[in-house]
Parts: sequence; C-alpha cells; structure tokens
Amino acid sequence: LASGMFSSLKEKIGEVLLPGDEFVFESEDTIFLTDNVKPERPVCGPGLRQSGNRLVVSKSGVLRHKPPHTFWMDSQQWRYVPAKAETVIGIVTSKSGDIFKVDVGGSEQASLSYLAFEGATKRNRPNVQVGDLVFAQFTVANKDMEPELVCIDGSGRANGMGVFGGGGLLLKVSLGLVRRLLAPQSDIRSDLEQLFPCELVVGMNGRIWVRASTIQQTLIISNLLQSCDTLTAPQRREQFRKLQKGGL
Amino acid sequence: MIDGRDGDTSVMAGVYGPAEVKVSKEIYDRATLEVLLQPKVGPAGVREQSQEQCVRETCEAALLLSLHPRSSLTLILQVLHDDGSLLSCCLNAACMALMDAGLSMSCLFCGVTCAIGADGDIIADPTAAQEKESRALMTFAIDSTERRVMMSSTKGSFSVQELQECVAVSQKASEKVFQFYRDSVRRRYSKNL
Repeated sequence: LASGMFSSLKEKIGEVLLPGDEFVFESEDTIFLTDNVKPERPVCGPGLRQSGNRLVVSKSGVLRHKPPHTFWMDSQQWRYVPAKAETVIGIVTSKSGDIFKVDVGGSEQASLSYLAFEGATKRNRPNVQVGDLVFAQFTVANKDMEPELVCIDGSGRANGMGVFGGGGLLLKVSLGLVRRLLAPQSDIRSDLEQLFPCELVVGMNGRIWVRASTIQQTLIISNLLQSCDTLTAPQRREQFRKLQKGGL
Repeated sequence: MIDGRDGDTSVMAGVYGPAEVKVSKEIYDRATLEVLLQPKVGPAGVREQSQEQCVRETCEAALLLSLHPRSSLTLILQVLHDDGSLLSCCLNAACMALMDAGLSMSCLFCGVTCAIGADGDIIADPTAAQEKESRALMTFAIDSTERRVMMSSTKGSFSVQELQECVAVSQKASEKVFQFYRDSVRRRYSKNL
C-alpha cells in the first residue's frame, strides 16, 4: 500500500540530513470515491518540525522511519532535555518539606514528592537522603514547567524504580548510546552479557550505573561503555573479544 | 575547528546548554544565548564585544530558542590563530558547534569575508596582510535555506554597486562551506550507521 505521498522522505531514510533541509508532501489530486483512503499525515518525532505541508529538519542526524508513517532524526547529543514518560537516573540534591529536588542533567532540577514511592504514606516516609541515586519516571516534563518525577507507575507499584546504588559506579555517556543499549535487539547488550555478570541501570538522561562482582570488573565495564561512543561496531567487538580472552 | 582557506585562522567553539540561568538574565519565553569570544592574547575588549554581538544576533536568528524558555545557552569561542577573516571563521565554528550539540535550528549559517583592494578587485576570505591593504572589509552571514544575508558587518568605504557584488561573491562562496558542513556531519555519523 505504498502511497507516493512520502516518497521524497522515504528516499532519504538512513541518510544524514542537516537543519534546514525541507520536504514538501504532494497533495492528492485525484480522490477515489470507492476507496476510503484518508490523506495521511506523517508523524514527526524528535528533530523534525511540521508546518503546513512542509517538513523541516531541525537537528542534524540520520533519518529513521517506522512504518506506517513515523519519521524522526537519530542524532548524537550529550545534553538531556526532559520528556514525559522517560525513565532517568537522578541525584537527590535537597530535601525541602515534602519535596525532594533531583538533578537529572537538564536545565532545571526536577521535583519528586515523598509520597511518590511504593508504600509511602504521610506516616511511613521513604528513606531517601541527599546524594542518593533514584531511578524515576517523568509525569510532567514540558518546556514551560518544572519537571516532576515519580517512583511508581500508574497502578502504584515500584516496577524497578526507587532509590538504589550501593557499591556501583555512575557514568555519563551520550544519549545515543543509551538508546542503543535500551533498544530491543541491542548488539552492545548481547556482547556485554557474554563478558561478566553485572547489574546495569540505564537512564535515558545519559547516565548509566554499573555494578559487577569485583571493583576491577566494574571499572572494566564502565571503561568499555564509555569507549562505545567513539568506536565503530567492528572495533567494539574486537575490544570485547580481547577482554574475553583475558587480556587487559 | 574551522581553518581559513589561505591563512590559518583557527577558532575553537564550545557550546553549553540548555542549562540553568540566573533569574536576572532569564527570558520567560525563550532561551538566553550568551556568546564569549576570547582572543589569543590578552583580555577581551570592546572589539571582541562587538564581534560577540554579531555572532549572537546571527545565532539567535537561526536557533529555535522558544523550545527552551528560562534556560541558558552559552557559546564560547577561543581564537587559536588569527590570520584574517576572523569574524567569518567565528561564525562558521559557532554554527558547527551549535549543530553538533544537538540544539534545534531552523537553518544553518556560514560567514564569508570580502575585502575590496585599492584597485577595486574583490578578494574572498582575505588573509591579514590582504585585509590591511584593503580599502573596505565586509563580513556577511549567509543562511543555508535561501542564501540570504542574515548579518553584515562592514568597515571602510565602498559604493552600493560594490556592496552588491560582494554579496553575490559571498553567496557563491557559501556553497562550499555548506558542502563542508554536510561532509563533516556525514563523516561523524558514518561510524554508527
């Protein structure tokens, strides 16, 4: 059912585009009375902006596509901008009254209510200190308001979120690496699984927390993850292979 | 780092943001852009401040600042070597740094400098020696979508005719710079494709 509608866009899938590159979609000039085909609009993800029948690229990167008509720019970025429903690793910076202020690496600190933990009530407060790491989800994250985090999902369960962190190492990597780690079929994750057993917490704000059985193994994995940003896939596999053979 | 064509003018650009902004400097509906130009030797003076203003106004026109209200964007330009065409080198470095940082932009821009020699001939991207002997010196910021002039900074005396000729020369030279941007970004993403 490939309509010629987004053909100019589809040609460029997988290509590197720059801000200012524009696509115009052709308007339908014949209407078939027998088909109930509605003119379809493309769904624009990050990096693409729509105005009228023009689509303009606003970030440099690779154009990606998910059928039927979702397009977005896959770009390399280090600085995080909060977005709703994303899970991030935050560092608690202050406790004031009923709200914790959490640093998520964005332009503003996010607020986390003490009641937003599993099983928390006014009498049963969660044990959160300044400097703790929390894995939380955004309920409010737009450009105009202060971002708000919660450590419970819609049904009140923690679902892996909350305070964590003894004995591990927190690193900062690019947002692209984090997305590659969290993708359903992730090469990097499957390579890591064959190395040593380790615990990984991956936040979409570019923060990764690692803990393996010994400190040395933890450091090896953290160095590997940080270098994945600059290595190509074959170079990375070479590094992993060297480590598996025991060379350091 | 962008190198000038004939000389070796080099400027290093760094972008920080969107980050927290001081309440005195915050703007309620858009980001606050601050540009700092550090010369190679000595402290920044009034000349650097006027160059900063040129770069800042160009960047503000190209960036989508309304996506980050009450945040700050800082652009720091460090001059590594100055052999002429400094302002256009700063503009090019600024554009590439903003694009690389992942800030949303409506278009790209580039800087081109033209010098008019004593005998009326137009030199694009002059070296420091050529700038000294010129009768007039102009720098234009050209946008990538329609090749229009976004910013112009001129020094010296020239006629309207000469100005229009310089604009045409700059628009033609901008093609090469935009192609360089495209090639650089392609190389950057080729590793992870």
